[in-house]
Amino acid sequence: MCGIVGLLLKKPALHGQLGELMVPMLIGMTERGPDSAGLAVFGAPLAEGQRKISVYSGLTAAGADYPWAALLAALNEALPVQATMQLKGNHAVLTVNGPAAPVQAWLKAHDPKLHLLSAGRGIELYKDIGTPAEVAARYGFGQLRGSHLVGHTRMATESAVTPDRAHPFTAGEDFCLVHNGSLSNPNGIRRMLEPRGIRFETDNDTEAACRFLEWRLREGDTLHAALQKGFEALDGFFTFLMGTPTELALIRDPFACKPAVVAETDDYVAIASEFRSLAHLPDIQHATVFEPAPEEMYVWKA
Amino acid sequence: MSEHPLSFKRLQKEESATFDRSTLDYIHRAAATGLYEIRGLGAKRKLPHFDDLLFLAGSLSRYPLEGYRERCVTKTVLGTRYAKKPIELDIPITIAGMSFGALSANVKEALGRAATAMGTSTTTGDGGMTPEERNSSKTLVYQCLPSRYGFKPDDVRRADAIEIVIGQGAKPGGGGMLLGQKVNPRVAAMRTLPQGVDQRSACRHPDWTGPDDLAIKIQELREITDWNTPIYVKVGATRVFNDVKLAVHSGADVVVVDGMQGGTAATQTCFIEHVGIPTLAAVRQAVDALEDLDMKGKVQLIVSGGIRSGADVAKALALGADAVAIGQGTLMALGCNREVYFRDGQPISAEADYAALGTQAGACHHCHTGKCPVGITTQDAVLEQRLQPEWGAKHLKNYLKTLTMELTTLARACGKQDVHHLEPEDLVALTVEAAAMARVPLAGTRWIPGLDGR
Amino acid sequence: MEGLSFDLAQQPLREVNQFLHRPAEALAGRQVRIENPDGAHNIAVGLNAPVQVTVAGHAGYYAGGMNQLAEITITGSASTGVAENMMSGKVHVKGFASNGAGASAHGGLLVIEGDAGLRCGISLKGGDIVVGGSVGSFSGFMAQAGRMVICGNAGHALGDSLYEAVIYVKGSIASLGADAQIEPMTAADLDAVATLLAAAGLDHDPASFKRIASARSLYHWNADADQEY
Repeated sequence: MCGIVGLLLKKPALHGQLGELMVPMLIGMTERGPDSAGLAVFGAPLAEGQRKISVYSGLTAAGADYPWAALLAALNEALPVQATMQLKGNHAVLTVNGPAAPVQAWLKAHDPKLHLLSAGRGIELYKDIGTPAEVAARYGFGQLRGSHLVGHTRMATESAVTPDRAHPFTAGEDFCLVHNGSLSNPNGIRRMLEPRGIRFETDNDTEAACRFLEWRLREGDTLHAALQKGFEALDGFFTFLMGTPTELALIRDPFACKPAVVAETDDYVAIASEFRSLAHLPDIQHATVFEPAPEEMYVWKA
Repeated sequence: MSEHPLSFKRLQKEESATFDRSTLDYIHRAAATGLYEIRGLGAKRKLPHFDDLLFLAGSLSRYPLEGYRERCVTKTVLGTRYAKKPIELDIPITIAGMSFGALSANVKEALGRAATAMGTSTTTGDGGMTPEERNSSKTLVYQCLPSRYGFKPDDVRRADAIEIVIGQGAKPGGGGMLLGQKVNPRVAAMRTLPQGVDQRSACRHPDWTGPDDLAIKIQELREITDWNTPIYVKVGATRVFNDVKLAVHSGADVVVVDGMQGGTAATQTCFIEHVGIPTLAAVRQAVDALEDLDMKGKVQLIVSGGIRSGADVAKALALGADAVAIGQGTLMALGCNREVYFRDGQPISAEADYAALGTQAGACHHCHTGKCPVGITTQDAVLEQRLQPEWGAKHLKNYLKTLTMELTTLARACGKQDVHHLEPEDLVALTVEAAAMARVPLAGTRWIPGLDGR
Repeated sequence: MEGLSFDLAQQPLREVNQFLHRPAEALAGRQVRIENPDGAHNIAVGLNAPVQVTVAGHAGYYAGGMNQLAEITITGSASTGVAENMMSGKVHVKGFASNGAGASAHGGLLVIEGDAGLRCGISLKGGDIVVGGSVGSFSGFMAQAGRMVICGNAGHALGDSLYEAVIYVKGSIASLGADAQIEPMTAADLDAVATLLAAAGLDHDPASFKRIASARSLYHWNADADQEY
């Protein structure tokens, strides 16, 4: 049960304003989700052979004082990936040469308490507990640049309020999902996926949806086909907003109980659970504002 | 020589435990009608309950209070979190929501009069607020239900508290039912329905789903009442820990948790007997949720579902409830399932009317038929005269008074000057099940099953 | 007619609603304008006086909820539950309306010039709803009394489990719900549609509408009728 926001800037000249435009959107969803907040931002992709890995140290004993420099040195010692690092408190974004998987495995072995948030050429991910305003300030969301992003504010239903259960959820590379609603068969989905080698990190229902859809994409489905299979497999109430390096996608279940509204101008597409998260956007008075229909797939290209 | 098989008489007549007589009846009935059984009251199966708990009263280590005279406060305040006008009650025993439609207007009036005389509150139900109950009730809680039958802003403004009903212990996740035989002209008009049609109401509210929306709905009711009126949220006991937390997140002043022994006027038997968790287990989970949020005492907890006696009330309070609500018990105080009803103070047998329903006093659950032999759950012009408001109010007042005296007797024995000072440590359990659910030790041991992995 | 303006960017909603809850004598005939609603919830809820309110922009949940007597105009769109449980008066949405528009309304007129979302007129109890555009699925679900006029198309399960409410649709109907049926338009129906369209300020030929009402086959349980009960 939550608030979701998404923003896609159509003109590269505007990419510098992505974070600044998004922060009031996220804060507008505070009442729908006061527990925790997060976002995934997609920027210009790295070169083919490079990957970015977002890592969270908030679950370790050191927390925000994590010895990141030592970690970086040890990583570069162990693997020939020429890793570099950008730090924001208890979040670090590593950039490495070569595939993500060996680095992820090394990080997990190095410190099992490190939480790997995302991996890919375009995606960076930040999430934590606290009000949206607190989380946005903590990680400088206002300064983020990029073409599009997916954000979320959480009111936990069944699983606990912890940073790893905040949204967005990711699976595989360069894919993330946020959810408003409550699935009624997440455990069946997990039991179906686990024998296929898909590992779950939380008991959150959203993670089940996220890993299911990413599994379909990895199995070769188009986004359209994966979402269609999602409609068939996932029971319950949901509005899902998903991000890939090239698109934002939105679906609502057939009952469409959980809200969503879209505003589109020549400059942007903005999505939120409620209009009050869109009210501050430039030229909103002249935007095309509509409510996405249930069981329709909406895909916007970055 | 082999003996004749018929000489083994008991074997020849052995009943199946799986397909016992009740089960056979159930299957034969389903085959005959093509419809699930719909009935009134609550779960009939035996469940872990407050009877499985006992009090550890004062002795040498703790000192009891003098049972009859020494002060023991029962005053109860509900709705202190946001509302400008919280509810102040003389006793922690309230009357649960039961609709006009399910009950006659006379019964609603009797409930109101008795509650007022005892300084407690009564609650409307599906179908709106009647003038009888508003006028007879000093403190009236107005329910906002998924059906919104007869829900009116003037009544919202007239109410002393508003209770948003999400579910009911007898049928969490299910909607309402009122069979056509009870939809008389007055009920039909109040609910905007044609007379005599079956009324199947929704299981979800028409204009919100989930806690994030509920927060906005609660805010709407606060705006309409200019933030004066306490807002309760009532849930049927299932995932109680999560649901209570979310009701608090959504902005409730008071959370009402109705366990599976809670009653109903008409619900599918499969719901009544197979959905939800016992009240005993629900209280503990609800208290855990409030403590987890540091909201114990800030958001009040009302527990209902099978509360019958002062001992039940005392145990619910000891486990952490701020008050209880009683539905079926109040109807029984009015004569539900009694062999007789009273006219001019004289008992008149109702046995023939029970028999006509195919039942007998003590086993009747035929609230749904509208043919209540003692005139309680009926809209029939003749039957409803069997329960007169004055007679009913007097008996119900006596019942509530008895419960209150029992409650204070037990509280004093435990050395409490205020019934709200009863605590879980004043209790032990008789059974392993009750010990695990209520999380109090098995009597004579320190063992709480399941605690710390033991 | 005295005009008065509130700015929700400057003033808390609670103050605006409390002003609108003043005694009917103090409000009757006044015109109140609410600027910068910006999707705020619960604007002008629980009104109980013949006052005219204009919400200049997009409204959040439950705008005009439980309205009595007031005439409320929303110049933009309205979110979930606009005019829910309205008793009388009028709520007019110039843009589109989200889910549950006019839910459980007992009276009054709700006009939505654009489209309405799912469950428009759910549990309707006597109000009138006129939608200039289309309505989503499950509209008129369990509607008990009142009228809905839909100038565009209707989604799936229109009028499911209808009681005595009547729905008029000009466009296509994706599917009818259980117990809903299309019936011939009578002279009284044509009159009703013409009157409601005129009240809404919309121009359509009443003869181009279809009447949907309850077949009343769910009113009583019948094992042989294959009912989902």
